Amino acid sequence: MSIREQFTVPKKYNTVAFAFMALGVLAIIGLYITSGSSSDVHKQARFWGSLLHNGVYFLLICNAAMFFICATTLAWGGWQMAFRRVPEAISAVVPVIGVISGAILLAICFGSNHELYHWTNAEAVKGDDALEWKKGFLNKGFFAGWTVFTIVAWSLLGYKMRKLSRSLDEKPLENRESAKKYIWNNTVWAAAYIVVFALTVMSSIPWLWLMSIDAHWYSTMYSWYTFSSSFVAGMSLICLFVVFLKNNGYLEYTNEEHLHDIGKFMFAFSIFWTYLWFSQFMLIWYANIPEETTYFKPRASGAYSGVFWLMFIINFLAPLLLLMRRGSKRKYSTITFMAVLIIFGHWLDFYQMVFPGISPNRVPLMVYDLGVALGFVGLIMFVAGRALSKSPLLAKNHPFVKESLIHHT
Amino acid sequence: MAVKKFVTGCFKDEEVLFPAVKKTRRAGYKIHDVFTPFPIHGLDKAMGLRDTSLHTAGFIYGISGTATAVGFITWALTIDWRLNFGGKPFFSLPAWIPITFELTVLFAAVGMVLTFCYLCQLAPFVRKDHFNPRSTDDTFVMALECTDKTNDGEAVSFLQGLGAEEVKVEYRETGWWIGRYDSEKKRFEKTGEAAAAQS
Repeated sequence: MSIREQFTVPKKYNTVAFAFMALGVLAIIGLYITSGSSSDVHKQARFWGSLLHNGVYFLLICNAAMFFICATTLAWGGWQMAFRRVPEAISAVVPVIGVISGAILLAICFGSNHELYHWTNAEAVKGDDALEWKKGFLNKGFFAGWTVFTIVAWSLLGYKMRKLSRSLDEKPLENRESAKKYIWNNTVWAAAYIVVFALTVMSSIPWLWLMSIDAHWYSTMYSWYTFSSSFVAGMSLICLFVVFLKNNGYLEYTNEEHLHDIGKFMFAFSIFWTYLWFSQFMLIWYANIPEETTYFKPRASGAYSGVFWLMFIINFLAPLLLLMRRGSKRKYSTITFMAVLIIFGHWLDFYQMVFPGISPNRVPLMVYDLGVALGFVGLIMFVAGRALSKSPLLAKNHPFVKESLIHHT
Repeated sequence: MAVKKFVTGCFKDEEVLFPAVKKTRRAGYKIHDVFTPFPIHGLDKAMGLRDTSLHTAGFIYGISGTATAVGFITWALTIDWRLNFGGKPFFSLPAWIPITFELTVLFAAVGMVLTFCYLCQLAPFVRKDHFNPRSTDDTFVMALECTDKTNDGEAVSFLQGLGAEEVKVEYRETGWWIGRYDSEKKRFEKTGEAAAAQS
């Protein structure tokens, strides 16, 4: 069977990507004019909040693609090999969005606006017991250093994993021994990535980037909850690209069995997300300690309750009921619909992580934020499409390819 | 419980078995069952078996678990015996979610295990005929059911042509019975002989 190995980016695809990016830039300009340029710090925070929300969200879901690759590599999984180039291409977006989001984060950290990160304001920290006590962790130097380290480490280790994968395309493995060595090499680098991932996304990075918006409040569930959010949305993103490529006649060896397993990830991690979300909520609700309930006051019962419960329906009830059936995970239409819905739902989740800290009593108009989000979507489409077109779509010399071709769920 | 007439053949290898199953179906023979020492991926599809409805049963059990938990706790804590826990409302759903979740899992799990046993006719002391004991060790056994239109001789040579060994025409019990294998076997052999005499 001859296959179309090389992906060529359709013209319309790039046109759409550029249109989205243009919309994104327009939205950022519009947001800057309406609130960013204002002398009122609250209004300025609206501008920075939108950039932070979208920048962090899209960086994390692209990074989840590399996590998926490394986790399956460590588990010696073979089933994903038929479409492995897709998450690889998505993870190639990490350095690009990393630069943008890193710049946004550093600008917020070192800027004159302290609405988002109260702890950056030296005067506010003085005399505030809680913030004084957290000073060892929440300070500008550590924030900047750790942020830069994180983004650079993700980018470099991701680059290394992609390079390892591409290295087989021209130079097939000679024998069993070299194949063993290759797998071992992959395992070591994947493990290194997972260690960095555990120290960043699964623990410290959500504390620094998102939880420190509500600097007085804390939750030990927060990082896992953010990770599960980004992972389920990242799987949905992979799913969208796979369906897109299938519809354009590529990825001949990826069939509904693989799609079924991606769908299982989307389903299972939606439930996992709910589990963590609820664990965080219930303990705080039950203990009813004022310093903890301040977080949920504007969200669950205040101005944001609409967003809060809508996102609960989208992120839990919809996947639970619509993705449960075997057939719906194997059909392009339902799985695509669910993937888009999940990505939007977790975007809303991040929205309600960021904005109540800035304007607890009023939900900002979401049109601009959606515009900025479209800009990032366009960027992901463009960069991932370019990365896809650069190497063959099937890593045909990888030792585990056969396992993926005969995959059967 | 019914004793029926079968043509059985043994295969040594699943790579011979797969094409044989497909060809047998295409030839129009009625496959009663294929007995294998281990589960084989894709054999159910090759045999044309429909998807199990165990999932649907599991969903229904789960839902009834949810309903039982929410219903009972609501009744107990808001109607029958109101208790004030730390000033929380009587109807405090978040606190009940863990129990609801547990009961959902419990009902679904236990219900599905029992349904599985029922569908497979598995229970203590319940016996079924294995056709060939070696199918639990190293042999793949295919059993064709002989209908009114089946020509036994043709079926035998057909199976032999597909690579089957020890092809036999035999009478077998399709239902289950309670008791031991050896003592029951004599009784069952008699019924087989009787059935053979009738036809």
